[in-house]
Amino acid sequence: MAGEGEKKPVLEMIQADGADEGCVTFVLHDEDHTLGNSLRYMIMKTLDVEFCGYTITHPSESKINFRIQTRGGLPASEPLRRGLNELTDVCQHVLNTFQARVNEFKEGQEQPME
Amino acid sequence: MAATMKNVEEIRSRVILGEFGVKNVHTSDFPGNYPGYDDTWDMQKFQKNFRIDVVHLDESSMEFDMVGIDAAIANAFRRILLAEVPTMAIEKVFIYNNTSIVQDEVLAHRLGLIPIRADPRLFEYRNAGEEAAEEEASEIDTIQLQLKIKCSRNPRITGDVLHIYARNIILGDIKWVPIGNQADVFADSSIGPVHDDILIAQLRPGQELDIVMHCVKGIGKDHAKFSPVATASYRLLPEITLLEQVEGEKAERLKRCFSRGVIDLEDVNGKKVAKVVNSRLDTCSREVLRHDDLKNVVKLGRVRDHFIFTVESTGILPPDVLVTEAIKVLMAKCQRFLNELDSTDMK
Repeated sequence: MAGEGEKKPVLEMIQADGADEGCVTFVLHDEDHTLGNSLRYMIMKTLDVEFCGYTITHPSESKINFRIQTRGGLPASEPLRRGLNELTDVCQHVLNTFQARVNEFKEGQEQPME
Repeated sequence: MAATMKNVEEIRSRVILGEFGVKNVHTSDFPGNYPGYDDTWDMQKFQKNFRIDVVHLDESSMEFDMVGIDAAIANAFRRILLAEVPTMAIEKVFIYNNTSIVQDEVLAHRLGLIPIRADPRLFEYRNAGEEAAEEEASEIDTIQLQLKIKCSRNPRITGDVLHIYARNIILGDIKWVPIGNQADVFADSSIGPVHDDILIAQLRPGQELDIVMHCVKGIGKDHAKFSPVATASYRLLPEITLLEQVEGEKAERLKRCFSRGVIDLEDVNGKKVAKVVNSRLDTCSREVLRHDDLKNVVKLGRVRDHFIFTVESTGILPPDVLVTEAIKVLMAKCQRFLNELDSTDMK
């Protein structure tokens, strides 16, 4: 199974083992430690993931090899999707908290001047 | 370091600064590592523990604390602030006349590094089309600036010593030339360089510059001129614990080992006793570990999930807007792969 874009691929799936859908290496194009490390952290926090890691194959190429191995026959795209969703939720919460606190700070600064 | 009952909390939450190295650096609280702890990702627990405190905020820099998040995600925000928040910067320089002493390419390089005050969210990326002519600068993706200046001899200065009026070319000389409907859309916000007193070149009488510049939108990963921050960095909150009571002259020396304001001497029963007042100010130089009699008195460490962010903006966007944009960039990255996963699964 390979994902393809219009001109160049964004996400590919490489399966080394035969029929085991739980051990998959994803190739994420145009990515580096920014998404790789944070996604790895979120997926490692999931319960049925046995192994999760990423590597940058060569620093001149901007792509990462992201490997997920699951326990119990769960297809590996499942923890990947859940990790991406959870990372989006974390970012949303951080954004809301940050904006609320900045507004509070700005209001607190204006009040002594009035 | 053996994980005994007392140590476990410390291993999980502190980075220990030792004499010869730093220990417990990596995050280890993943499910299954520690018996008795449930480390599975729990959004409720995260939201309960997470907080942000803004310490300082003005138009050019901000300092805020992010507590309860992991280093992987904090580092992702820092990397995005440096390299993936888009801005506008001068990309194409059309030099019609340059008789100054500064070479064309050096002048073009200097012009590219100038921060341009224009909200990049209102512009689009220029298509990297090979057939698109360079002259085709549309109003939605380009800002046009012009620099046309001539240094003339100052006729009023005469005399035995010939003072010739030399001209410093500063950013205030760069004028904005609106394309299309930009004059109406951006009428209230002045588009141009952020600061107007930075020196670009120096001219002597008779020399002139006639340059037209096109600014496009880009990200810092492509060229550092597109980076919107002077710098963005974080550090972990230091933690200093005194293991025994230190008094007298030893306390004086202990106070001098740390940055000013970290340790204070207070009077207890007539003796001066050292007390940790504000460990946040410490720069963690570990100077105290160089003294044999002081090194066993203190325990130095850092709190692993408390990040003190410092964001300095170049003036294009205010720093709180930059942080907001950085978080949105990370969300957009995740969304891109989610869409890709969904589209391939449906095939």
